[in-house]
Amino acid sequence: MLSRTFPIRETILAGAIVVLLALIASRFAGFIAPSNLARVFNDTAPLIILALGQMVVILTRCIDLSVAANLALTGMAVAMINVAMPGLPIPIIIAIAIMLGAVMGAINGVLVWKLSIPPIVVTLGTMTIFRGIIFLISDGKWVNSHEMSPAFTGFPRAEILGLPVLSWVAIVTTLIFAVMMSRTPLGRSIFAVGGNPHAAVYTGIDVGRTQFQAFVISGALAGLTGYLWVARYAVAYVDIAGGFELEVVAACVIGGISIAGGVGSVGGAVLGAIFLGVVKNALPVVNISPFWQLAISGSAILIAVAFNASAGRKKGRIILKSAEVTS
Amino acid sequence: MTDISTDRSVPDRLNSRTYRTLRSWEALLLAVAIAIFVVNSFASPYFLNAWNLSDATFNFTEKAMIAFAMALLIIAGEIDLSVASIIALASTAMGLAAQYGAGTPELVLIGLTVGLLCGAFNAVFVTVLGLPSIVVTIGTMSLFRGISFIILGDDAFRGYPASFAWFGQGYIYWVFTVEMLLFVIIAVIYGVLLHKTNFGRAVYAIGNNPTGALFSGIRVQRVKFILFLLTGLMSGVAAICLTSRLGSTRPSIAMGMELEVVTMVVLGGVNILGGSGSIPGVVIAAFVMGLVTFGLGLLNVPGIVMSIFIGLLLIGVIALPRLWAMIAARNKA
Repeated sequence: MLSRTFPIRETILAGAIVVLLALIASRFAGFIAPSNLARVFNDTAPLIILALGQMVVILTRCIDLSVAANLALTGMAVAMINVAMPGLPIPIIIAIAIMLGAVMGAINGVLVWKLSIPPIVVTLGTMTIFRGIIFLISDGKWVNSHEMSPAFTGFPRAEILGLPVLSWVAIVTTLIFAVMMSRTPLGRSIFAVGGNPHAAVYTGIDVGRTQFQAFVISGALAGLTGYLWVARYAVAYVDIAGGFELEVVAACVIGGISIAGGVGSVGGAVLGAIFLGVVKNALPVVNISPFWQLAISGSAILIAVAFNASAGRKKGRIILKSAEVTS
Repeated sequence: MTDISTDRSVPDRLNSRTYRTLRSWEALLLAVAIAIFVVNSFASPYFLNAWNLSDATFNFTEKAMIAFAMALLIIAGEIDLSVASIIALASTAMGLAAQYGAGTPELVLIGLTVGLLCGAFNAVFVTVLGLPSIVVTIGTMSLFRGISFIILGDDAFRGYPASFAWFGQGYIYWVFTVEMLLFVIIAVIYGVLLHKTNFGRAVYAIGNNPTGALFSGIRVQRVKFILFLLTGLMSGVAAICLTSRLGSTRPSIAMGMELEVVTMVVLGGVNILGGSGSIPGVVIAAFVMGLVTFGLGLLNVPGIVMSIFIGLLLIGVIALPRLWAMIAARNKA
């Protein structure tokens, strides 16, 4: 019972984050001031949202490397829409962003579902295609803050109960995912498809369709983040969030989501993202060049994946155990 | 008498060797290459020029060197996404050594050694710890380039010795570059290795059925280890050529090249799921990609738009045969 409320891996990760914070605080007490922690969380919010989408995809034994390109393309598209039609209300902008992202996710999903092309190949391809399309629609130009309407850039920074909207979006997304993964047929089939695709078919789950749905979810979240990102930084250009897909995958792997599918949790993905967020924000504080960031997330992926493998897969949440394990 | 002979006639689906060759993926690819060549020579008056064509080969020689090793790796059912980052790290190491006055032979040695070490690093994670190669090489992709960023930051290394330029800028005879010679030599080596040796047979066996390969006495992990080493080594060779050609090193060198290498391999008819493919296919695919990018370049298409073509090519090459098969199956039903 206790291990259900406090899963071992999430506890270790949460402990690691606390130790990390304590280490930083021992030299720079200001880092753990509530206002600064809120700032770090806000900075990590896009990573949390994307990691949740990536988690769903990885759980179904796929991977989505096109999330950052999707984010950048949607961001550029909504920024250009905003420049063309400054009066357009923000809810419509957000709806457009989610729709656009979902469509791009659906393209990935259809290729994986209907043509059974390996997801890594599909999303490597769409990653460059999406980036290229940004260049085509923007002509390589930037959309700068003075061209965007105040409402467009103001939305993610508006504060509710002391936290910016961006943070709230991450919190709400996390809550929705917590319910979706544990209380709905979709969440259950996502786990089942990754845990044992053959058994999933026998229980009446369409494996390809579930993978398609996972890609659409991941795409929709990337689209939403695309608007939030562009609005928060008040700039859109071809290369925004370049290489961010690796950080997203890193957050998932650190969070204990098995790349072999079927094992992972919402809490893990969120903690993995927060871990990376704390590291990223702590680097300038402890006077380490930001150029270390890339190598650190790379090492984190390797350490986490090696750790996951040694911890064994049996402890994870596999709904449908494979025949080899039970017999 | 005649009755017996008709009974024992060979069924007509066992086609002759020439027929199978003509219908193969390689033949189709060759036709595409020729078509692109013809279209290009009409589209731009600058295309049919020996020196321009010679310059165009730089579009694919370095990538193809890695693609040959990557082809073997993919046939064996693994993948290495860190190749471009290995180039960055090897190039950074060479740049660092050049700062301390290393000569050309030392630089070459350093480039190859760093490539091998990076390959060995990937290999240990995949074969000794038994981790999936996609995740490991996504991790090392960040790690290797990350180390380059730590060393270089915003800076660049220049000041390579003059003799070092030979690899990327030298000519053997008339328009034939040093890189072209390397490309041919490496293609022949890998062609023989894959198609004429026990090792090559083992690579196919592992890709088709790793368990079956293990039970038939193939040291699966050792073969995979060697394949990762070879891919690392080839990335080192490519790093030498690219650094020598550019004459400088930035941490963003060869960014995104892993995609083009994988595309080249898949375009060459190698099954992305492992088990089948050929080196001649990859050679022709290298020419096709080189001709496409060169042709688009002559028509003033920017690089990032070309990458759309590469991405579409990668997906299209895998998608079209499957679509074709699906439509054929539907018509039959």
